[in-house]
Amino acid sequence: MRIAIIDEKAGRASIIQEGLVEAGLTDSVVVTERTGLLARLEAIGPEVVLIDLENPGRDVLEEYFAVSRALARPIAMFVDQSDEESTAAAIDAGVSAYIVDGLAKSRIKPILDLAVRRFQAFSKLQRELHEARSALAERAVIDRAKAILMARRRIDEPAAYALLRSHAMRSNRRIAEVAEAIVTAETLMGGEG
Amino acid sequence: MTLDRIRIGFLPLVDAGVPILAHELGLAEEEGLSIELVRDMTWATVRDRLLYGHSDAAHLVAPLAIATSLGRGRPPASLSVPFVLGLNGNAVTLAPDLADAVVPGRGLGDPRAAGIRLAQAARARRERGARVRIGVVHRYSSHNYMLRYWLAECGLRPDEDIEIVTISPPFAADALAAGEVDGICVGEPWNSVAVERGAGRIVLVTAQIWRRGVEKVLALRTRRMEEAPDLVDRLIRALHRAAARFADPALADIHASILARPAYLDGSADMIRRAISDRILLGRGTEPVHIPDFMFQYRQGANFPWVSQAAWLYSQMVRWDKSAFSEADAERARRVFRPDVYRRALAGTGAPLPGASSKLEGAIDGELGAGSVQGRLLLGTDLFFDGRAFDPDHIADYLRALPG
Repeated sequence: MRIAIIDEKAGRASIIQEGLVEAGLTDSVVVTERTGLLARLEAIGPEVVLIDLENPGRDVLEEYFAVSRALARPIAMFVDQSDEESTAAAIDAGVSAYIVDGLAKSRIKPILDLAVRRFQAFSKLQRELHEARSALAERAVIDRAKAILMARRRIDEPAAYALLRSHAMRSNRRIAEVAEAIVTAETLMGGEG
Repeated sequence: MTLDRIRIGFLPLVDAGVPILAHELGLAEEEGLSIELVRDMTWATVRDRLLYGHSDAAHLVAPLAIATSLGRGRPPASLSVPFVLGLNGNAVTLAPDLADAVVPGRGLGDPRAAGIRLAQAARARRERGARVRIGVVHRYSSHNYMLRYWLAECGLRPDEDIEIVTISPPFAADALAAGEVDGICVGEPWNSVAVERGAGRIVLVTAQIWRRGVEKVLALRTRRMEEAPDLVDRLIRALHRAAARFADPALADIHASILARPAYLDGSADMIRRAISDRILLGRGTEPVHIPDFMFQYRQGANFPWVSQAAWLYSQMVRWDKSAFSEADAERARRVFRPDVYRRALAGTGAPLPGASSKLEGAIDGELGAGSVQGRLLLGTDLFFDGRAFDPDHIADYLRALPG
């Protein structure tokens, strides 16, 4: 069964493709570019199209499926209505699919389930990466704020940190926010930040 | 007081203004509602979020609500429309060379003359082995149906003489600028974006094709609507009041600045204000011109879901899907529009409530008092440019009389 994976995020697309290979589905093609999408698809001739829910090309794709005679007509996913649950899971994960009408449900469901799991894994990975990045950035800002306080008030590092923390508690803000305000103010005042 | 949360999906377009203002002006809150707006970039995504409960209601192109209920291109899923978010507000913008050939002056074209010239240009291009390409926002959009209605009447065969392609609204101006298409039929502010970039000139507005053409609607899953009648009624009341504000010219500046925010249209407040005020810049370096009824969001029962409008959309779906007319489908299409819910929600408010649910479309020239069960209702000119009227009880006859 030939599967097309359309996703502007190349990383996510390749994660899905790997999963398909592991499941023994080796005939898949990834499309990441927005331009020339339809021509690519026509050349690929897929029976199943996996596409991210928010992909800007979805309206274009649906129009193509409605008029194309090059492909057997895929219809907007969702296997059939008896399978509301797996469809809802797919939408929640952010994946939608188009499937050639009449293709057996038993063949499609594993693909869809796999795509859902991979989409979820990808967003978890992204979230963790984002959190790690912002934690790093926060630490750098706090260090800079401490240095500013140490120089201005002629205090040592533990005292600077205690000052930051007590101010954050009083003003009901996070330490990183207070630190950022200090660094911004210092920069505006002509300091080095 | 805790507020009931209601999520509404939308695309960045000026006619998403009514739900946005219901939220921003505190009108939803007065009804005990907290509206959360969910922005997307394609109609397919807005529809899927609605069908699978990511949103409770959606700003949707009217034909798509009907196509989804009839199961065109996907398994059927019943949607209901208890409120129309507005009439018209779309335009046809052509690349500068084509615009000059179709409408030689700098003003707005006459629909018939412009259509005939466009047909000539399209045939000339075909003889050179190419086709004029025009982008519409969705296969099941009023844009597609208005464009085709206009061109077919002017002697052009939309599926043979030109190529009509789909481009989601936020990408329409880019596609015209990049030369991927020769023209676009889209809602504001995307025509104005194309004009200000010098990518095209507005030659016609859809209000010239059908003066009271149904455009965006509020769509809900039928089951969701029926499970929560009180919530739906409060939402309709909030939207009704928001529509009244939206149409108040004295407030246009404030509304434009709200809609321009990054979370909504993320665009130029100036362009949005012009669209709201029916003042449109047709070409770069010209002065905006006043186009009466360019967008029609409130007066004359504009928000009432006339069953005859749903029937007209179904007639065009049959015509351009090249499918057979079916009385059963016609009835299912009519039932998507829910005037009963509209009346229930607005009973006891000052809103005029039509007594009838269906009318002859395109038969009023001038102003006409209409029968109402509450308030005084005045209907204005609703003509089609070709002078045809649509009788919702005789769809098959109507279709036989239309060209192509």
